[in-house]
Parts: sequence; C-alpha cells; structure tokens
Amino acid sequence: MRILGLAGRRLAASIPTLILILIGVFLLLQFAPGDTVDAMMAQMGGGDAATAKELRKFYGLDLSIPAQLGNYLWRLVRLDLGFSSIYGKPVATVILERLPPTILLMTASLSFAFFFGLVFGVIAARGVNRWPDTLISTLGLIFYATPSFWFGLMAIVVFSVYLQWLPPGGFEDIGTVRTGIWRVFDIASHLVLPTLTLGLIFLAIYLRIMRASILEVLNLDYVRTARAKGLDETRVVTRHVLRNALLPMVTLIGLQAGTMLGGSVVVESVFSLPGLGRLAYESVVQRDLNTLLGIVFVSALLVITVNFIVDLIYARLDPRITAEG
Amino acid sequence: MDAVKRYFRSPAAVAGLILLVIVVAMAISAGWLYPRDPLALAGRPLIWPFSNPRFLLGTDNSGRDIAAQIFYGARISLLIGGVATAIAILIGILVGAFAGYYGGWVDNVLMRITEAFQTLPNFVLLLVLVAVFGSTLTTVTIAVGVVSWPAPARLTRAEFLSLRNREFVQAGRILGMKNIQLIFGEILPNALPPVIVYASVVMAVAILLESALAFLRLSDPNVASWGNLIGLGRDVLRVQWYVSAIPGIAILVTVLAVSLVGQGLNDALNPRLKGR
Repeated sequence: MRILGLAGRRLAASIPTLILILIGVFLLLQFAPGDTVDAMMAQMGGGDAATAKELRKFYGLDLSIPAQLGNYLWRLVRLDLGFSSIYGKPVATVILERLPPTILLMTASLSFAFFFGLVFGVIAARGVNRWPDTLISTLGLIFYATPSFWFGLMAIVVFSVYLQWLPPGGFEDIGTVRTGIWRVFDIASHLVLPTLTLGLIFLAIYLRIMRASILEVLNLDYVRTARAKGLDETRVVTRHVLRNALLPMVTLIGLQAGTMLGGSVVVESVFSLPGLGRLAYESVVQRDLNTLLGIVFVSALLVITVNFIVDLIYARLDPRITAEG
Repeated sequence: MDAVKRYFRSPAAVAGLILLVIVVAMAISAGWLYPRDPLALAGRPLIWPFSNPRFLLGTDNSGRDIAAQIFYGARISLLIGGVATAIAILIGILVGAFAGYYGGWVDNVLMRITEAFQTLPNFVLLLVLVAVFGSTLTTVTIAVGVVSWPAPARLTRAEFLSLRNREFVQAGRILGMKNIQLIFGEILPNALPPVIVYASVVMAVAILLESALAFLRLSDPNVASWGNLIGLGRDVLRVQWYVSAIPGIAILVTVLAVSLVGQGLNDALNPRLKGR
C-alpha cells in the first residue's frame, strides 16, 4: 500500500508537467503555417473566404488564442482530443486504432534489450578485460552508433530480399485472413525485424550499464561475505549480485521510455507499421495539427505511465525506497 | 599533461581520435576534391561502386556521385552536430547553473520545465518543431539543439549543487562578489569539465537525430546530407542497396568516433573511474 502511495504521489506530481507540455505545444502550433480549416479547404479542392470564415467559426478558430487554449484543455478533461479533418474521425479514435502496434513493438523491444543486455552485461563483467568483455563492449559501442533506420533497411535487404525469411514490412499479412494462433504467429513474424531494429541501441545501453553496475556490486563487502561462506560463483552472481545490480537497469527503463517512443517513429516508418509513431510522421507531412497535438498528449501520457510502473517495480526491488518515502 | 598521456594510452580513444580526424579531413577536403555541386547530375544513374573509376562509390538513383555526397555530408553532419550541441550545452548550462545556484522557486520552475522536455519524447518534439518552423538547415539545427538540452542542464545543476557551498564560493561572497560573478567566474569553470565531456554524447545523439529526420525527408532537401541519401536509396533498396548502405556506414563511423573520443576524455580526466 505504501508503495502505491509513493508512486501515486509521483504520478500526481507529473500532472503539472503534462499541462505545461500541452500549453507549450499548443502555443507552439499557433505559429504553424496554416490551420485545420486550410487543410480542409485544400482537401475539398478550395473554397471562398466566406466558407472559410464559417468553418473557422464552427471549429472555434476565430476566438482569441487564450480562449482556444481554454477550450482545448476543457475538452481534454472530457477526453475529447478534437477532430481530425484528414482522417475524418475523432483524433482519439485515430490514435486508439494506432496504439496497439506501438505498444506491442515497444514492449517487445524493451524485453529484448533488457534480457540480452542483462545476459551480455553479466558475461562481460564476469570476464572483465578478457576477450568476451572486449568483444561484447566493442559490439555495444558499434550498436550504439548505428542509426536504427539504417540497420532496419539493411535487415530488410538481408532477411527479406535475399534470404526471404521474414516479411519486409506491415503489421500482418492482409492477403489472407487468419484467425487465432496463426494470426499471432503472422504478427510475430512481422514484428521480428522492427523489434531488433528498435531494441538494438537500447541493448547497447543496457549491457553497458549492466556491466558497470555488476563490476561495482562485485566489490562490495557482502559479496565477499557470500564468497567467504562458500557459495559457488554462479549462486553469488544470481542470488546476491544480480538483484542489486538490476536497480540502475530498471531506472533506465523509465528514463528511456521517451527515447524509445521517439525511436518507434522512425522504425514504424521503415517497416510501414500502422502505429502511433507513423501517425506522428503522417500528421506532420499532412499538416494535421490536431492529430499531432493529440499524439503529443498521448505520448507524454505513455511516458508518465511507464514511469509509474517503473516506480512500482523499483519499490518492489528495493525495500529501502518505501522506508525512506 | 598527465591527462593527455592517459588519453593516448587507451587504444579505443586513439582509434576514435583517428576516425574523427578522418571525418574532419573529409569535411575540409570536400570542396577541393569535388569542386562540383554534389547534388548536380554527374553521370549515369545507379552505377555500382568500384565499377567505374570516375565514381569510386557509384552513383545514386538520379546519377549523382555518391562519394561527393559522402564528403559533403561530413560537413553537414559535423556542422549540425557541432552547432546543435553548442546550443544544447549553452541552454543546459544556463538553466542548470541558475537552478543549482539559486535553488528554491527558481530551481522548482526550471526543473519543471526540464521535466516537461524530458517527458515529451524528443523525436516527437523535433517533429512538432519541424512542422511549425519548416525544415531548412538553420531551423533543423536549432530544433535539434532545443530538444537536446535537458540532460546537460541536469548535469550542470548537480555540479552546482555540490559546489555552491564550498569554501572558495563563500570566500568570494565575503569579498563582495555579485551572484552573476560567482556563477560564471567562480563556480562554472569548476563545473564545466564533466559537462564538456558529456557534450560528446549530445553530439552523437544530435547527429543521429538529424540523420533520422533527413531519412524521413523532413530535413533540408537542398543539402547533401547522409540521411537524405539513405532516404533516397530506400526507393531502390531491393537491388541497389549500396545507395543506402554507404552513407549509413559514414554515420556509424562518425558517431562511433565522437563516442570513443568522449569516452577517452572521460577516462583521461577521471582516472579513478576508468572502466566504469
């Protein structure tokens, strides 16, 4: 219960941040050339000034900027994100349709990066300054420097064009209708390359942090005690070192949530996944500012949610945190 | 001098420096080796690399010399990376210094803003900025700088928090120095080294951000940028994959060089933390 209270307080503290972001981006978008009505008129194939004025009045765009901002925030309280004139649907509906692939991709990439980062980090730390460490650390540096979209393209060339093992893009095969377990397999095979592409840079970060944090924990007195009482090396690492070395890794999940969401914009574009990131890109290209603002809101919300979950996990891993809070 | 010696003792740091020197040399020699406009038509489109001595790295889909674009691209990447990093570090130092020095409500307000910037995914903010201000070289560079400052700000703030009550600061205060003098004349020089080292991380990320933006065709299309070329090569990826592959290696090498140099500097300046 105490854990929930602490995390809840952190969650409440993020509400002013959220409002600050919305106000900032809303005001920023006022500088954008053209508004929703311009976009609509362009789609209708042009129209006269009177129609434009009528439409602006209908959408409340003729009001002063503070009044518009007030309206927007008030609608937001009722979870109304406005209307996307490009998609012809409420923004909330458009975003909800696009959310599942992004969440699936992010969860898969995070699990991939976390698991392999942990394993490689342990291997590197165990053989510090010997060849496994050198090899893993060098690979980590290279992965960190690799542009994700380029890695994705090269993966398509190798695995989809030459080897033809995996599909080059899309979320599922639209040519055939599949149900149940076959659909799951189909989606999974479409997500293998995007997951690797998005996860690669995080794998590099995680293995570096894991290696450093294990090296640090290995020097602590209680590890010496564990060894002195005759535990074998595997038990020392899995039971005693890992638990404490995991803390910085978990912190990193919260810190990297935003970066990962940003990375999915690029990865979804490479693999043409119908996700939130691709929607962000499309709304920039199509000047659909209402949708763009909605995406800003939802991505901030997503980052805050991830941090909330991380707080819960963190408190569970380290009882001292709740004791202090 | 010890630091210099320590730097050159690390093979990774030396390798990074060599790579960085090569990239800088490419940027400088671009105009001299390829006096023609890199975006001008040069020959038949889609010549494979190493098949025609005139175009060592081949040509892209519209018959432009890939090698020339790689050399000029080094300029763009270093320029955007360097200027954006300078902007980010400058904003970061100002915000961090004031927040850390004054504390109280100044710290509260500034940290709230920093948090807002960190909560919003920086690539999404970058998209918003490009959507609003357009994508010329100047706006993209400033936008990349504007999304990258929160981390240096936090670092500067932490340094200021640990330094602001040291004896040399109190001595300065007793001598009657003004706050501004204390911040920029006394504390900042002591807080600077870790921030400068961190600049290498900011620069690596800035180069990657710009190339991703260019790949999505949201950066300046009128300059020879590596990201632009990768985006262009995507249209002919199935067969002529080299159009995308070559500039990607250039980005990888540059980012790797910047990271290695930063890591080397860090180890050389903080010898006790080596290997962490």
